[in-house]
Amino acid sequence: MKLPRWFHQLGSPPYVYRLADRLCPWLGGLGVTLLIIGAYWGLVIAPPDYQQGDSARIIYIHPQTAYIGMMAYVVMAVAAAIGYVWRLKLAHAVAVSAAPIGAWFTFCALFTGSVWGRPTWGTYWQWGDPRIMFEALLLFLFLGYLALRGAFDDRDKADRVTAILAVVGVVNIPIVHFSVEWWNSIHQGPTIFRAGGPAMTNDMLVPFLIMVAAFTLTFYWLLLRRLQAEIIEREGDTRWIRELVAEGAP
Amino acid sequence: MTEFFLMNGHGAYVWSAYGITLVVLILNAWLARAKHRSALQRARELAAQAEVPRKQPTVKRLQ
Amino acid sequence: MSAFQAVLLRDLRVAFRRWSELAHPLIFFVIVVTLFPLALSPTSSQLREVGVGVLWVATLLSSLLALDGLFRADADDGSLEQMLLSPAPMTITVLAKVTAHALVTLLPLICLVPVSAYTFNIPLAALPTLAVALLLAAPTLSVLVALGAALTVGLRRGGSIVGLLVLPLTAPLLIFGTRATDLSVNGEPTTAPLLFLGALAALAVSLGPLAIAAAVKVGIE
Repeated sequence: MKLPRWFHQLGSPPYVYRLADRLCPWLGGLGVTLLIIGAYWGLVIAPPDYQQGDSARIIYIHPQTAYIGMMAYVVMAVAAAIGYVWRLKLAHAVAVSAAPIGAWFTFCALFTGSVWGRPTWGTYWQWGDPRIMFEALLLFLFLGYLALRGAFDDRDKADRVTAILAVVGVVNIPIVHFSVEWWNSIHQGPTIFRAGGPAMTNDMLVPFLIMVAAFTLTFYWLLLRRLQAEIIEREGDTRWIRELVAEGAP
Repeated sequence: MTEFFLMNGHGAYVWSAYGITLVVLILNAWLARAKHRSALQRARELAAQAEVPRKQPTVKRLQ
Repeated sequence: MSAFQAVLLRDLRVAFRRWSELAHPLIFFVIVVTLFPLALSPTSSQLREVGVGVLWVATLLSSLLALDGLFRADADDGSLEQMLLSPAPMTITVLAKVTAHALVTLLPLICLVPVSAYTFNIPLAALPTLAVALLLAAPTLSVLVALGAALTVGLRRGGSIVGLLVLPLTAPLLIFGTRATDLSVNGEPTTAPLLFLGALAALAVSLGPLAIAAAVKVGIE
């Protein structure tokens, strides 16, 4: 089977590096713009919830950071799996780059969720609530991945051992998502991804989705910048790196 | 304006949530940029080292 | 004799050669379980409330103790490489090793728990459920512990990081196990959490050895 050209190009570090250079300004610019628009919309324009009042404005950041954290893990696991099976350095580089970003976003999800829980449910934390517990598990998976990676001196070995950990842990992602359906949880059920369409009115749905897009773009900007750093480290002293440096890269 | 900050009593929750998220985003942006910069710096140093010609041992001719 | 039986018997024989070491996780368990009431000075009803959680956490922690015996000893003397090279599939070998570890470490522990449960004022009627829950959780726990050992077998000083990797993954076991025990203490039906534990065990035993074998292969290259 003849694979398309772009597929092969994605395995080439210099190609991906330069592609990242071209994409990042757009991702960053658009991401920041949408963050500002979405945050303003959510904080100022959108109405307060008739039940929860103004604390419902956290709906414009909490689900988004949680979603990005989970997406980061899937990106990490898929990239690590690809790197493991096809022995692609670049795929491992993507996995390594995604991990710390995912950890931070998951931390944000837990923090914003906790802060939102206080006025809504009366408690900052609920031990035994399945969604909270499995989201915390997600954070531990990220931290475990990073810790295990740091423990190895040999980078190739680190890549492949942590790939196994990443793939084993991916089972947690659907568990976090479906936990509110499978168990009794103080969390409400799914509001967006459900049969019958989103259960949100447009004046809340629009800023909600704007923030989803904003955080997604920001995630990919962060990922690409870290990926670029990782590529340079892994390539070491090669000709294209020297040319890059000679060009006076920023 | 003050009621915007107070958010009907929920100000502390909303602003701490948005605030921490903002801090984390800025921190991540800074960290990613810093990593990129230091990787480039190290590459620059490596390239510079390779430029320095290695000292050739001088061959003394015995007359 | 199949490869599974051969490896299983070999591991059991090796374990019993230094049978005093088998006692370490048990002693650790007793100590941990004693420390909690010492620290909390609970009333007898408080004792029952914390008892379930304490017993489960102590079991999880104690199961980490015999980790090294799983792969590191064999890696050090080269037998692990031999196992990789042998015609028997590594997943079967791993399954045998994990079974041996479960029999030698977890089974005595599980026998000890009901006795300790008595000291925590957990009613006698709840003890069978506790035992069943532990037995259902044991395969998953063994697989997770073995996974942690396999992931770190390539490290020179891998000790402390394994807990960091394995313990979060055991959280579901903790959640369902304590839930089943609590329900049983209150006299309510316990089928749901026990079924979940069983499902986790089936999942772990079928897919775990694949991941463990892969990790061992990478680790000792």
